[in-house]
Amino acid sequence: MNRPKNKEYKFPTHIDDYPTGPQYKAGFLPETNAGWRKVRPVVDHEACVFCLRCYLVCPDGTIFKEDGKIKIDLDYCKGCGVCAHECPKDAISMVKE
Amino acid sequence: MNKVLDIPRVNAKNMTDKEFFYGHKACAGCGGSIAVRLALKVLGERTYTALPAGCMSAVGFIFPQMAFNSNAIITTFPGAASMASGIAMGAKALGQKDFKTVVFAGDGGTADIGFQALSGMIDRNDDVLYICYDNEAYMNTGIQKSGLTPYGTQTTTTPAGKNLPGTLTHKKNLFEIIAAHDIAYAATASIGYPQDYLNKVNKAKHTKGASFIHVYASCPTGWGTPTETSVEIAKDAVDCGLIFLAEYEDGEFKLNRNPKEFASIPDYLKKQARFKHLSDQDIEIITEHRDKKWSRMRKHWL
Repeated sequence: MNRPKNKEYKFPTHIDDYPTGPQYKAGFLPETNAGWRKVRPVVDHEACVFCLRCYLVCPDGTIFKEDGKIKIDLDYCKGCGVCAHECPKDAISMVKE
Repeated sequence: MNKVLDIPRVNAKNMTDKEFFYGHKACAGCGGSIAVRLALKVLGERTYTALPAGCMSAVGFIFPQMAFNSNAIITTFPGAASMASGIAMGAKALGQKDFKTVVFAGDGGTADIGFQALSGMIDRNDDVLYICYDNEAYMNTGIQKSGLTPYGTQTTTTPAGKNLPGTLTHKKNLFEIIAAHDIAYAATASIGYPQDYLNKVNKAKHTKGASFIHVYASCPTGWGTPTETSVEIAKDAVDCGLIFLAEYEDGEFKLNRNPKEFASIPDYLKKQARFKHLSDQDIEIITEHRDKKWSRMRKHWL
């Protein structure tokens, strides 16, 4: 998975622990967005034709390709349902958490 | 300028797997974040991003989180384009090559507040790509009317009531105004047509000099639409003719999509809470304005 991962945030105890700019390093993600979600996408790999429409239109970029299959990073998926709505084969369904 | 055929095509199959806008705190189904994410994926890792105040800077830089995975900075509201000019010049002075400077500004940050800096940037022909994601109001501060809010929209500063149908002015002709600067490359796009948008960003990436893309991006929170329809609604807007897909290069306009028949405007409007109050008379005004605009575009741009 070629994307930033959740990193633990340690409260700075010394001035040197603070970032030099106004932000931490690029891709520093101390929290996940999974708590926002009421429904979660589930992919039916038999119906999926790997057209990558969902990969293009995911607002959060949580859909990724792995071994010719669509996978979803559920740490950062917000459950908006755009992927399920746009899927031409209806291979993604939204399941209640 | 490069010929179109020389530019390597970018699509979902061959674009980079890396994400440069990830883990941000935008609302679920945010259209603007689709525009930013896809553009950064086309532009690649060696990109300097400048963002004025707006949704995308608000959701990407919540301390200590940093959702941008390449260089990004928040600029002053009116100075995004001038700051990007400075970044491009500075990187050039340092001898850096194969980089691109990009601005992501909302419709308010482009058409109203950031306009003079943008105009100056195009005038100096600095090597910057300016992308305006247009969600038709100041969404970040709570849905206030901007220069790109269309007729009849209900916002918090233009409420609809017995006497007024919300916003009374039509959308600013931003694309034509930018093209009138004789810019190297300008285009309009919509996240409802992602491949078309990718192609335009790719073309702008390979353009030397100032380029501008006006991308129509939906906002489920501000428009009152279900989160899952945010791409569909951006496609509907193009299909019913309220948004057009066009390009401007070498002093010529080009209409990318010229449908014989438009989809129904009321169907598009009635899906959104911000247009729920519109009467038949108001819809007629919107239709008339669309037809006038299209007859002008077809006469001069084809």
